Amino acid sequence: MYDFAYHKPSSVADAVKLLAADPDAKAVSGGHTLIPALKHRLNKPTSLVDLSGIAEMKGIRREGNAIVIGALTKHEAVATSAEVKAAIPVLAFVAKHIGDTQVRNRGTLGGSVANNDPAADYPAAVLGLGATVHTSKRKVAADEFFLGMFTTALEADEILTAISFPIPEKAGYAKMRNPASRYVMAGAFVSKGPMGVRVAINGAGPCVFRQAAMEAALSANWSADAVAAIMQDADGLNSDIHGSAEYRAHLVTVMAKRAVLAAG
Amino acid sequence: MNVMAPFEGIGASVKRKEDLRFLSGRGQYTDDINRPGQLHAYILRSPHAHARITALDVAAAKAMPGVRAVYTSADMAAVGGIPCGWQIHNKDGTPMAEPKHPVLAEGKVRHVGDPVAVVVADTRPQARDAAEAIAVEYDVLPSATTMAHAQAPGAPAVHDDVPSNLCYDWHIGEKGAVDAAFAQATHRVVFETTNNRLVPNAMEPRAAIGDYDTTSGEHTLYTTSQNPHVIRLLMGAFVLNIPESRLRVVAPDVGGGFGSKIYHYAEEAIVTWAAHKLGRPVKWTADRTESFMSDAHGRDHVTRAELALDAEGTFLALRVHTQANMGAYLSTFAPCVPTYLYATLLAGVYKTPAIYAEVKAVFTNTVPVDAYRGAGRPEATYLLERLVDVAARQCGFDKLELRRRNFIATDAFPYQTPVALEYDSGDYFSTLSQALETADWHGFEARRAEAKARGRLRGIGISTYLEACGIAPSAVVGSLGARAGLYEVGTIRVHPTGSVTVLTGAHSHGQGHETTFAQLVSDKLGVPVNMVDIVHGDTAKVPFGMGTYGSRSLAVGGSAMDKAMDKIIAKGRRIAAHLMEASVEDIEFDRGTFRVAGTDKTKALAEISLAAYVPHNYPHDELEPGLEETAFYDPKNFTYPGGCHIAEVEIEPETGKVHMVNFTAVDDVGRVINPMIVEGQVQGGVAQGIGQALLEACVYDEGGQLLSASMMDYTMPRADDLAPVSVATHVTLCTHNPLGVKGCGEVGAIGSPPAVMNAVVDALRDFGVNHVEMPATPPKIWSIIHGKNGA
Amino acid sequence: MPQVTLSVNGATHTVEVEGRTLLVELLREKLRLTGTHVGCDTSQCGACVVHMDGESVKACTVLAVASQGANITTIEGLAAADGTLHPMQEAFREYHALQCGFCTPGMVMSAVDLVQKNPQGLSEPEIREGLEGNLCRCTGYHNIVKAIAAAQDVMHGRRETLATAAE
Repeated sequence: MYDFAYHKPSSVADAVKLLAADPDAKAVSGGHTLIPALKHRLNKPTSLVDLSGIAEMKGIRREGNAIVIGALTKHEAVATSAEVKAAIPVLAFVAKHIGDTQVRNRGTLGGSVANNDPAADYPAAVLGLGATVHTSKRKVAADEFFLGMFTTALEADEILTAISFPIPEKAGYAKMRNPASRYVMAGAFVSKGPMGVRVAINGAGPCVFRQAAMEAALSANWSADAVAAIMQDADGLNSDIHGSAEYRAHLVTVMAKRAVLAAG
Repeated sequence: MNVMAPFEGIGASVKRKEDLRFLSGRGQYTDDINRPGQLHAYILRSPHAHARITALDVAAAKAMPGVRAVYTSADMAAVGGIPCGWQIHNKDGTPMAEPKHPVLAEGKVRHVGDPVAVVVADTRPQARDAAEAIAVEYDVLPSATTMAHAQAPGAPAVHDDVPSNLCYDWHIGEKGAVDAAFAQATHRVVFETTNNRLVPNAMEPRAAIGDYDTTSGEHTLYTTSQNPHVIRLLMGAFVLNIPESRLRVVAPDVGGGFGSKIYHYAEEAIVTWAAHKLGRPVKWTADRTESFMSDAHGRDHVTRAELALDAEGTFLALRVHTQANMGAYLSTFAPCVPTYLYATLLAGVYKTPAIYAEVKAVFTNTVPVDAYRGAGRPEATYLLERLVDVAARQCGFDKLELRRRNFIATDAFPYQTPVALEYDSGDYFSTLSQALETADWHGFEARRAEAKARGRLRGIGISTYLEACGIAPSAVVGSLGARAGLYEVGTIRVHPTGSVTVLTGAHSHGQGHETTFAQLVSDKLGVPVNMVDIVHGDTAKVPFGMGTYGSRSLAVGGSAMDKAMDKIIAKGRRIAAHLMEASVEDIEFDRGTFRVAGTDKTKALAEISLAAYVPHNYPHDELEPGLEETAFYDPKNFTYPGGCHIAEVEIEPETGKVHMVNFTAVDDVGRVINPMIVEGQVQGGVAQGIGQALLEACVYDEGGQLLSASMMDYTMPRADDLAPVSVATHVTLCTHNPLGVKGCGEVGAIGSPPAVMNAVVDALRDFGVNHVEMPATPPKIWSIIHGKNGA
Repeated sequence: MPQVTLSVNGATHTVEVEGRTLLVELLREKLRLTGTHVGCDTSQCGACVVHMDGESVKACTVLAVASQGANITTIEGLAAADGTLHPMQEAFREYHALQCGFCTPGMVMSAVDLVQKNPQGLSEPEIREGLEGNLCRCTGYHNIVKAIAAAQDVMHGRRETLATAAE
């Protein structure tokens, strides 16, 4: 790891100032993506802005027909939240199956979504539920947020503060994990609710994406059979020593079926 | 009082003495040791598989904060190459190619991770920061990662002085007899397979600390080693030219080895040399990424085998052609693994009358390959046990009957195989039938049908295996090319008041020697286990030793201790005879008590030892005072553990994922000293075998980059990848060592991979599948089921 | 150089660190608590697991500066002050759940957190799943799973001693 200056602001405003002042600064909360990258010297920030002391970015609350979760909320807190379990049980399920216990004890919703690792879990839930991303500057719809591999609509001095998840009628998530890293090889998050019928695919491609054909099929007929015959195009999907693009394309259908079954 | 004490001798599951320190964080592993004034080394490694170093400038690095020195091979001109411990001879009698293995690259790098330079600094991060300031210019050369590529015409030469990339071309057995048998055969079965390359991944990364005492001139190396005396010998005599009397090697608590910590590595020589040069201790600790690219890898064979059978299924002959990847350099024991630890095992548990094997060892631009848990024997077992299943299927024999028909009969021991080994004992029929019963083999079809109803493909597979361990005798292995003896050393020190210290040349890094060895002493000398301390891992304390590998510690090291105890008893009888005024012939000894035969006159061991150290009333004319004896034990033969493993798997057809659902092991490991520890060893070995079969693959790309260079890409078995394993033993005694023990450290890793793969193939029986290569990953299985390219 | 003040096994320490210093480096190198190990560099093996404010974390993936004010428990601090082993430590010994001992401290600390988080009790598959963050190369996990299953009954007061649980 290269050395860096360390800041721990206590307000969003202070954090934004610190980030704006140093173009090579990085925001960090749980650190479970950033610290491994720093250890391998893949990243050389001059300063780290630790957001974990910002009280206004914590907590889970129900606001009307949505669950709003502060960006600093740890996976374990989402997984065990009575509020989340009652309103969007699949969101607790997603959180419960991110990484391992120690990742869930440190990793945060905001960190996962802002990082937009193609093999992360939360982006599928955000896109699959049609959530709204709250930042220090604005509110961004999920459809406009995830731009590409490790790339989001967030600007350099913009901080993800919370995410508002509309409560669906039903939703389900299924994934196949990479046997070594346990990150997602291919996953599908399906939902039906105020944001329509949505199918978000993670792991398989360079960035989480919506599967339009499956959404159309499920809109007409909400059943596993409806997606069973829809083949994902392998073109542009990830391919590595753990599986070809063709295999991942196939998994997309399998996981979509399982997700629909899980949603009920 | 002793009457009420729990039995702690041979056969008791005594809880481990070493556990308390490990469970309370008080173990002392190499990286836990810090020497006063210690500096830290970081090794700059090659990013290329094959390149010439055209420029190497360390000036900027030397100027970095905290840097004390930067060394390259130019600084180490007087340092020798890393030696190889075994010399194989080619078919034509000429010795194998043995190119130099420099400590730091000399003008050329030959694999990703090859050490290029070393930075020594006040802190580890400073050393790493400075390493980035070393300017290296590489002229990247074409590389050869696979054996096929390395042997193709015009392939790049890994070593300029070995243009063919061929290390050796060796053979064993009677080619003429095999050819004749094939000509007569009713059935000829051909089987081709690759034994996948593995990364051992002991949980403790390697580490080394060099220390030099400027007043005494003594060097000390603390290192993560399975055999400190061997490191002292190799490094002292061949690399750094330090006499044994001035070189102390300490292998403290070691966090697993599985073979990877047998070998002498460059980093050990670097820190020892640099500590002398700088007059300060120098520590190096690998991070896991370095482990992947510098610890010796395992396996990596490509084989074509042919089996000849008569009409009834009797094996007539076996012909095997194997290519074995040596990597870029010869690691310490690499040449013997695919020869004397592999081809000699090709008879397995079968009475195949004629066997011929050819083995070509090939240099490639990859990390060196050497022994990994089982070493050669898993490769032979996998080949044979898959081949037998393939033969049964191709020729229409029942796979159990085919095995039984060809088993060596239980009354046929000692049994001479056509590939050099003489088995001393075994009972393959009993281990098979016990395993079949435990696994409910005959109830399998109902389980398969039930799984099918759930949409799963269920398969069952069997492996009836044999291995050879406790590699020996020295005179024989010497004639086969070993450059070391393969005996073991044990010292029994009975203290004046009767407690015992044992000095052993074996090294415990998970095996539980501190407990098992104490049980041997308890059983024979009647001393409670908590009064017996085992000392190992320090050349300054233990007279000599060859270390722990090849399941040898109990069979060889334990036997040395047993012999030393015989000497203790013999001397004790003479002292007792003197004290009790009887003749030596009349003194009996049983578990701690010397008795004049037929009388109630007795002396406890502690009374004898007190007399030996306080020799006021003592037979000085015939005996020296003291009660300490050392024995060197050189075995008469290998030992031959064997047994039967049965695996049951279920496959998800939609994803290709293979789930382990059941595993049964019935092993003959000879006499069992501590059943709890034996079961633990088998459990762990089976987990590594399942890892090889289903999960683990070390993958290079065509350019020689290691794609599986971290645990993010190399699949380590986790708790939820495995299923409960049923472990049982069926004992036949080893006939040639005093304890009757055979060894249990490797049986799990040797017997299990073919059982799992036979189960995978069985699960896919409706798809016309004849073979699946390891590891049976989800995309590979999916491709087979769906006829597509998933992997 | 930043300073961090934290409590480790009940004792308060103020330590100078670099920004890049990891919690595990602080523990091992500054406080010489070497029971916490480092087995990988990708946050996967779990040899470095300690408790931070009562929850298991990988000390190799926590910046030392981020542990300001935290309560850390390491393997050295798990047993009672009089040396009585924690039921989980005792169970690991009883069930031969360790061999080389290198993964053991992290495995035990993870296991304690796993059991504490699941007072309802865990089945064998749930224990296996709960160990996802810890690698062991020696045992094949079988005896670790058995040890945790036994320890949870003692920790939750369903049984008084392991000896009873072992029956």
